[in-house]
Amino acid sequence: MKRWFLVGLVVVLYALHQDFWFWRTAQPLVFGSLPVGVFYHVCYTLAVSLLMWLLVQLAWPSKLEAVETSTAEEEPAP
Amino acid sequence: MIPVLVVFVYLASVLYIGIFAFRRSAQRNKAEDYFLAGRSLGVVVFLLSLFGTNMTAFALLGSSGHAFANGIVTYGLMASSSALIVPLSLFFIGTRMWALGKKYGFMTPVQMFRDRWECGHIGTVITVVQAVLLIPYIVIGVMGGGTTMNAISGGRIPFWVGGAIVAMVVMSYVFFGGMRGTAWVNAFQTTLFLLFGAIALGVIGTGMGGFDKAVSELAASPATSALLTRERVSPLYFFSYTFIPLSSICFPHIIIFCLTAERVQHFKKTVVLYPLCMLAIWLPAVFLGVTANRAVEVPAIRAKLEARSTLATQSATLSPEQKTELRAKAAGDDILVRLLEHYAPLWLVGLLGAGIMAAVMASDSQILALSTMFTEDIFAFYEGKTKFGEAAQVRTGHIFVILITVIAYVIALRWPQSIFDLAVQFAFSGYAALMPLLVGALFWKRSTKWGALAVTLWAAAAVIAIAGFQTVVPAPAPGAEVGWGSLFGQAIVSRTAAGTSVLGFLPVVPMVIVSFVLMMVVSLLTAKPGEATLKRYFANA
Repeated sequence: MKRWFLVGLVVVLYALHQDFWFWRTAQPLVFGSLPVGVFYHVCYTLAVSLLMWLLVQLAWPSKLEAVETSTAEEEPAP
Repeated sequence: MIPVLVVFVYLASVLYIGIFAFRRSAQRNKAEDYFLAGRSLGVVVFLLSLFGTNMTAFALLGSSGHAFANGIVTYGLMASSSALIVPLSLFFIGTRMWALGKKYGFMTPVQMFRDRWECGHIGTVITVVQAVLLIPYIVIGVMGGGTTMNAISGGRIPFWVGGAIVAMVVMSYVFFGGMRGTAWVNAFQTTLFLLFGAIALGVIGTGMGGFDKAVSELAASPATSALLTRERVSPLYFFSYTFIPLSSICFPHIIIFCLTAERVQHFKKTVVLYPLCMLAIWLPAVFLGVTANRAVEVPAIRAKLEARSTLATQSATLSPEQKTELRAKAAGDDILVRLLEHYAPLWLVGLLGAGIMAAVMASDSQILALSTMFTEDIFAFYEGKTKFGEAAQVRTGHIFVILITVIAYVIALRWPQSIFDLAVQFAFSGYAALMPLLVGALFWKRSTKWGALAVTLWAAAAVIAIAGFQTVVPAPAPGAEVGWGSLFGQAIVSRTAAGTSVLGFLPVVPMVIVSFVLMMVVSLLTAKPGEATLKRYFANA
C-alpha cells in the first residue's frame, strides 16, 4: 500500500511538471516581478524536495546499510 | 584589472585546496585513493561536490544565455525537471551502485557491467562510447573559462588564453589531488556559487532600478512579452526536456562520484537538498537572463539585441556567413558577465566572476572520470595493472589527465557552437539513451550483455545520425523549421534553428524509448548470465 502510494506520488509530480495551464500567461506577477509560470515551477521544486524527504522516510533501502558493516571483509568480484 | 586579479586569486586558492587535499592522503599511490578518495567522503563534501559536479558552465552561463533568448521557459525546461529526475536517480540507482562498489570494489560502472553480465570486450565498447560522449562536456568547461576570462578582462585576455588558463588550473589540481582534491575544490566552488547567485541578483536588480520595473517593461512590449510565458515552445518540446536529466546518473563522473561516499546515509541529505540547491542556482541565473532583455543601456547587450532583431527581420536576405556571424553576436553565453561589469562595483565583478568561474570549472570531475575509466576499464582490464603494478596504473591515470585536457582545449578552440547546444544535442541525449544499462543491470535479472551492447551501439549511432543530419542540413531562421515526412499532421523529422525534432519531440525521447525496447527485446532473445552471478545481484534469484 505504502509502495503504491509513493509510486503514485512520483507519477503525479512528474505529470504536474507539464503545467499547460500557465502556458501563455505571465500574470499575475507574484511578488511584483515573478511571472506565474516561474512561480509555479519554484513551488514545484519545493514540492520535489518534500517528496524526496518522504521517500527517505518511508522507502529508504536500509538493506544497503548492511554493506557498510562488512567492508572489512570486502568481497572481490570473481 | 581588479576583477581579473580577484579571479586569479580565486584560481590560486582552488589550486591550493586541490593540492593540499592530496597531501592529506597517506596512500597516494593507491588507485582507490587517487580515483575515489578512498571511498571516504563525508556528507557535506559529498553533497556540495556532487551538486557542483553536475553544475557546469551550462548551469550558469548556458542557462542565463538560454533565458536571454527564450525567456522564463528555461527554468521549467532544465531546472525543475532536473530537480525531480536527478534526486530520484540518486535515490534508486546511486545508492545501489554505491553498495555494489563497496561490496565488490568496483571503481567504474563498466566494471560492474562486466561482472553483472559476464562480459569483457562489450564492456570496452561501453567505455569507448561513454568516453567519446563525455568529451563535449569537458569542452564546455574550457569554452566557459575562455568566455568568462575574456568578458571579465574587457577583452584584454583573449578567449584562447582564458581557456588555456582554466584548463591548466583544472588539470593541475586533478593531476595532483585526484578525487580528494577535486571533491574539496568542488565543495568550495559550490559554496561560492550558491552565495554569489543571490548577491548577483541583488546587485544587478538594484542597478537596473528594481526587477518590478524591468519585468513590467518586458510585459508591456509586444516584442518581449513572450519571454515571460512559454508560448515560444511547444508542450511536446517542453515534455521532451524531462528526458534530458536521465543522463545525469549515466554520466561516468556522476556514477563514479556516487562511489566516493563513506556511508550510504550520505545520500539521504543529498537527495532532499538537491532540489533546493537547483532552485538557489537556477532561479537567479534564469531571471537575470530574462531581465537582461531590458538592459539596453549596456552596450554589449544592446549589440546582441540588435543582432537578434536583424536575424529575425532580414533572414531571407542574409548570406549563411552573415547569419553565422549574427548568431554569434546574439549569443547570450556571456550575458551574466556583461550585466555584472555594468551594474556591479569592480571588486564585486571580480568576486562574482570567480563565482561564475567556479561553475565553469566543473569539468575537473569529467577529466578525472575519463582517467579512471581508462586506467580501470582498459589498462587494468587488459592486464596492465598485473604487469606493471598499481603505482604504474596511477601514473598512467596522471598522464591521461594531461592528454584529455589538451584534447578538450584544442576542440574548444575549433568548435564555435554555443555552449548550450553542444551540451544538449550530443552528450546529454547520448547519455540519457544509455539509461537502460544501469536500470537493466540493477533491476532486471533477465537483462543480458547483448541487450547492453544493442543499447550502447544504438546510443552511439543515434548521436552520430543527429550530428550528421545537423551538419548536412543547415539551420533555418529562428522560429522556422524544415520537415520531412508526415504522421498525424506532424513532420516525422524536422530541422529547427535549435537542432532536430522527431514528431515534435527532441531526439532524446525516441532515443531513450528505442533504447529501453532494445534492452528488453535483445535480452529476451539471448541467454541470461549464470545463476551464481544472478544470486550475487538479486537475493531472490
